[in-house]
Amino acid sequence: MSARDDILGAIRHSLGVSGKETIRRQIVSDRLAHAPKGVIPKRGQVSGEALLALFKVQAEAALATVTEVASAAEVPQSIAHFLRDHNLPASLRMGDDRRLQAMPWNDTALDIAHGPSAGDDLNAVSHALGAVAETGSLVMVSGSENPSTLNFLPDNHIIVVSAKDVAGDYESVWAKVRLTFGKGGMPRTVNWITGPSRSGDIEQTMLLGAHGPRRLHVVVVKE
Amino acid sequence: MSVHSTSPDFKKNAARALGDAQLQKALGNVKQGFIDKREKATQKLPEFEALRDSARDIKNHTLQHLDLYLEAYEQKVRASGGHVHFARHAEEARDIILSICKEAGARTVTKGKSMIAEEIGINEHLETHGITPVETDLGEYIIQLRHEMPSHIIAPAVHLNATQVEQDFRRVHTHLDAKRDLSEPVQLLTEARGVLRERFLAADVGITGANFLVAETGTSVIVTNEGNGDLTQILPKTHIVLASIEKLVPTLEDVSQILRVLARSATGQEISVYTTFSTGPRHLGDSDGPENYHVVLLDNGRSAMLGTSFEEMLRCIRCGACMNHCPVYHAVGGHAYGWVYPGPMGAVLTPTLIGIDQAGHLPNASTFCGRCESVCPVKIPLPKLMRHWREREFERHLTPATVRSGLGLWGFFAKRPALYRLATGIAIRAMGFAGRRKGRFQWLPLAGGWTRNRDLPAPQGETFQARWRREHKRRAA
Repeated sequence: MSARDDILGAIRHSLGVSGKETIRRQIVSDRLAHAPKGVIPKRGQVSGEALLALFKVQAEAALATVTEVASAAEVPQSIAHFLRDHNLPASLRMGDDRRLQAMPWNDTALDIAHGPSAGDDLNAVSHALGAVAETGSLVMVSGSENPSTLNFLPDNHIIVVSAKDVAGDYESVWAKVRLTFGKGGMPRTVNWITGPSRSGDIEQTMLLGAHGPRRLHVVVVKE
Repeated sequence: MSVHSTSPDFKKNAARALGDAQLQKALGNVKQGFIDKREKATQKLPEFEALRDSARDIKNHTLQHLDLYLEAYEQKVRASGGHVHFARHAEEARDIILSICKEAGARTVTKGKSMIAEEIGINEHLETHGITPVETDLGEYIIQLRHEMPSHIIAPAVHLNATQVEQDFRRVHTHLDAKRDLSEPVQLLTEARGVLRERFLAADVGITGANFLVAETGTSVIVTNEGNGDLTQILPKTHIVLASIEKLVPTLEDVSQILRVLARSATGQEISVYTTFSTGPRHLGDSDGPENYHVVLLDNGRSAMLGTSFEEMLRCIRCGACMNHCPVYHAVGGHAYGWVYPGPMGAVLTPTLIGIDQAGHLPNASTFCGRCESVCPVKIPLPKLMRHWREREFERHLTPATVRSGLGLWGFFAKRPALYRLATGIAIRAMGFAGRRKGRFQWLPLAGGWTRNRDLPAPQGETFQARWRREHKRRAA
């Protein structure tokens, strides 16, 4: 017998089932189809300015920095300011996300590179699919639009998110993922990112900049 | 069983740990840090208790239908272009991983943190076959340099102090300036980041564990703060996920419920920095990510735990809260437990995986204070399960003769309440009389194990039962 059949057989033997019971199969297929939500914390169940404020508080508690701009056209200037304020070089890598491409980068002196990172970039910008106010988390999906390497290799990661895409809870973001990729479908990678990389492995003291970005900066586009 | 166990030597290990000044200093960090942080995080979320129930129920439901969820999961992974391999035991899992690595022509393999990888001893196996495994979690990297096992399931190097790490880095990173300053922990972190960055970029295969596997979508989930697990899986051409069968959960909603209790219980964070959901190899049009995606599903004794009293242990999500709150763990650290899993969860799990004859001391190493159960995010009754092991140990006559005859004697009196009251009444009064001057004993016959290290307070002339009856009568009157 194959290892697969052996293991499934051993599980069924222990549970005292055959695996063919209609009721059990129905219970499982119902749960997979309907995905019941469970307990949703009240904290995130707010809207409008209160939701954005909660997102900001939570993201900052995780040691990210957050800036709001009125429109997408203001993003390049805002990022240029951020880099200058932190004495960082005026270079920036991004994927081919259409929302980012449409922004007026020529208004700045930033040196823009495109495509995934090979590990030698200091700064990168990505566009989030959404954000979760409950914990101040950004939700990123992989693809050439926003390569996953940009989330982890650069020292400074900047994430742009539309205010309308900030949700109260994780479940709302899953609803959006299903709308985009179909029920049961997923992009190669979904990254929830909450603050910059850190480690507490030396004497339980939290230090920033372990393997991923040392800084995480979020630009919320309010229009 | 694969990794060598020193669990039978628990008593010797524990005695050595108690006398190790460096270890005792490092263990102070566990007591101070983890408990306060968890407490604060749980108090900030009014729904925390309800979420614990929810997490427990999700795991119970999944275990009751594990065969069907495994089939659903497998189908989804295949549909997304990934491969699923089943492994009955450690040896099978090692062979599968080695053959994937060979097929990929691997020379170096980066690794995210995985307790299952420790359980099957994959590093040694790869090394034997000429492949270099590189641990990338900072704590795992440090202990790999020292050829040690993790002493904690989420903080593998918690038994070490910064000066020890500095010595190891100087010993191993000989290509760096010998005069460099490493006096600050952040300098150690920066050095490890630099050394490991090159390893990430050069690796041919990346191996990660999985905190969860999602049946709905065929997704593996990892949780890290460093980002090392992500660099391990997105840079090499091949990503191998190594997970045990009880990591299954039905849906994305279910995993979101459990994630709300995981980080809060583990580190006291609301959520870890990186929570990553991976499904299959890179998609058409993706510009990065692995080209091959393999999942190795390990049983290694778990299917046999279903339907027994130890089934509840399969709910464990490996947060480490039980050991963070354990007075025995605080005193002796993780290595004393002698195998992969330390603390209360290890005291229950280790005997199921390597046998009660090997690991019989572990369920005895508990004061039954109950703190582990009270903080467990999936409400595993750890003291009850340890007691089950003690009973089995007794039934199989693995308990020493002195303990057995002592228990027999106690049992004789306990089953005869009048005789018990009489005997304890006399003994307590006699001891109270003998110890009336100092109020304590520096030495007592048959109690050397206690009095060698500390005095025993003298009884105050009355048994607990007698006092209880007296107080009860007074209140009733």
